[in-house]
Amino acid sequence: MMKKLLIGLFALLPTFAMAAGPSMPLMDANIDLRDNASLQRGAKLFMNYCLGCHQMQYQRYERTFRDIGIPVEIGKETLIFDDSKVGSHILNAMSKEDAAKWFGAAPPDLTLISRVKSPDYIYTYLKSFYKDESRPFGVNNVVFPLVGMPHVLQELQGLPMPITEEVVEGGETVTKVVGVETDGSGEMSDDEYDQAARDLTNFLAYVGEPSRLESEAIGIKVLGFLVIFFILAFFLKKEYWRDVH
Amino acid sequence: MTSKYEEQTTMGDNTEAKSGGVVSSVVNWIDDRIPMTRVWNMHIAQYPAPKNFNFWYLFGSLAILVLVNQIVTGIWLTMNFVPSAEGAFASVEYIMRDVEYGWLLRYLHSTGASAFFVVVYLHMFRGMIYGSYQKPRELLWLFGMLIFLALMAEAFMGYLLPWGQMSFWGAQVIISLFGAIPVIGEDLTQWIRGDYVISGATLNRFFALHVIALPLVLVILVFLHIVALHEVGSNNPDGIEIKRKKGSVAEEDKPKFKFHEYYTNKKDVVDAIPFHPYYTVKDVLGVAGFLILFCWVVFFMPEMNGFFLEAPNFEAANPLKTPEHIFPVWYFTPFYAILRAIPDKLAGVVAMGASIVMLALLPWLDRGKVRSIRYRSIWHKLNIAQFVVTFLILGWAGATPQTVFSTILSQICTVTYFMFFVLLYVYSKNEVTKPLPTRLTK
Repeated sequence: MMKKLLIGLFALLPTFAMAAGPSMPLMDANIDLRDNASLQRGAKLFMNYCLGCHQMQYQRYERTFRDIGIPVEIGKETLIFDDSKVGSHILNAMSKEDAAKWFGAAPPDLTLISRVKSPDYIYTYLKSFYKDESRPFGVNNVVFPLVGMPHVLQELQGLPMPITEEVVEGGETVTKVVGVETDGSGEMSDDEYDQAARDLTNFLAYVGEPSRLESEAIGIKVLGFLVIFFILAFFLKKEYWRDVH
Repeated sequence: MTSKYEEQTTMGDNTEAKSGGVVSSVVNWIDDRIPMTRVWNMHIAQYPAPKNFNFWYLFGSLAILVLVNQIVTGIWLTMNFVPSAEGAFASVEYIMRDVEYGWLLRYLHSTGASAFFVVVYLHMFRGMIYGSYQKPRELLWLFGMLIFLALMAEAFMGYLLPWGQMSFWGAQVIISLFGAIPVIGEDLTQWIRGDYVISGATLNRFFALHVIALPLVLVILVFLHIVALHEVGSNNPDGIEIKRKKGSVAEEDKPKFKFHEYYTNKKDVVDAIPFHPYYTVKDVLGVAGFLILFCWVVFFMPEMNGFFLEAPNFEAANPLKTPEHIFPVWYFTPFYAILRAIPDKLAGVVAMGASIVMLALLPWLDRGKVRSIRYRSIWHKLNIAQFVVTFLILGWAGATPQTVFSTILSQICTVTYFMFFVLLYVYSKNEVTKPLPTRLTK
């Protein structure tokens, strides 16, 4: 009886904890940290479109190149746009004070964004910009309402238009943005843009925890060892305890 | 066929027989100077332990294992951690990225913190169901409660060190609780923080307390806990004593094992086995099982869905930006729920403190003569069951944003939490219990 209750309560625990989430369901980022090609495309997108404003102040170029399979010399030539050394952190030249003046708030560092939010959030965010003339940069975002940044990937995606729905909230009918639809003015097709968003998300997820793959590779060996050790310990215990039973 | 135990003793005898051997002369040399062999025999090799310890008895040794893990990984983390408001967060990321296997040290330490509470809660629960706090083990239980208190302080201070958003705001909330104390409250919070707000000064002193003062206190308390345990002897799942009046046990009922004369001179011992090798080998099995679960978390899911490492803590502390929801880590949430259940701040703090004091008073609140849940009344079983459910619901309620539903639920469970102790005090006086066996079962 008590055991069943306990098990039941434990089963409920994660559901309750997950209950607090964003209002719009997040899309599945479906990333693969082992896909170096995707990570490399993501790195390229990051260096070209994000780094101007967002730093990765805890992550170094060289480590990044090594981890995602870019030869250091090639990385140095193609992905470092300033005079940073390969051993430097991935920084930009924008001062926090200026940034705060220009955007209302300094653009956050993105080293750990995949852990503060989640890969699914980043993926959904990248796909949720829409045209909104009332905003300073002419765009808004479904999962981050009143976002302070422009749609930097607009040349790739085009300018998405909001899909709205009339919903009744507290007795009042309000128009809500429930999704977006691109106007087709970008360089990429919808599928290509989805892939680009996924690549960038993948790269940010990698940077959030660069040790993830190494950890799992070691983890398998450790668990394998422990399982064998457990079996041996079990028989050792049984052997000793023969005199007690 | 000789048993392992006999092989061991024979081997021991052989070594002693070879009095000219190098090993024994070294042992003798040491034994003439410190009581090495005597302590080993008294507390390990010839220490009488009840032969019926079950699964629940693994958590004491596991707690020691986790304590050692925390100390060792902590020492190595300290080598690269920068205890300042400017450097702390960055130094943790430095450990995670630039220090060789720094990520492993950090995850072992962060997962170890949660594992510590898992094993300690299970260890305490074991004490509750088998009545291990009852006479003559009151002091043993109190040392345990002091360990629990020191552990909570240790965990709370450690949680500030990474200097993330939840570190900062969690500490902000908890320290401000002291402000509820009348008259001295505000001055007290300032004294704890060393500043008007949580700042680098707070971080520095928490670092000092976390790495030196509290670990020292913990280790001393653990030592005293074990001293107290070995003086009164372990309780067991049947809750009956294995030490009997001298001369009351027939020769054929005495165990075949050799126990230290410290225990056998004054008492007759029944149904006991030497701690080593029987429980050391069993604890090794427990350690292996525990490590499988522990390493699975460390290597594959160190965040444990945000229960062990909370997402907002991956963002550096920002005194100007309050996180949407502030929760303590899971192991504090039951007590936090009691705090939040009561609308008045001071009353909430008092209730939270009382919830822990009540646990410490268990040896005196339980007036029963029978220890183990196995032989106690259905009321006791139901009461313990409701206490477990209460504790879990409180744990959930303290980890969720406050709603009308969760507040009412916390209030109900705060009442049932304290009712556990009140009811126990009432029914244990004249409790109808089952007859106790004269010898340990199984």
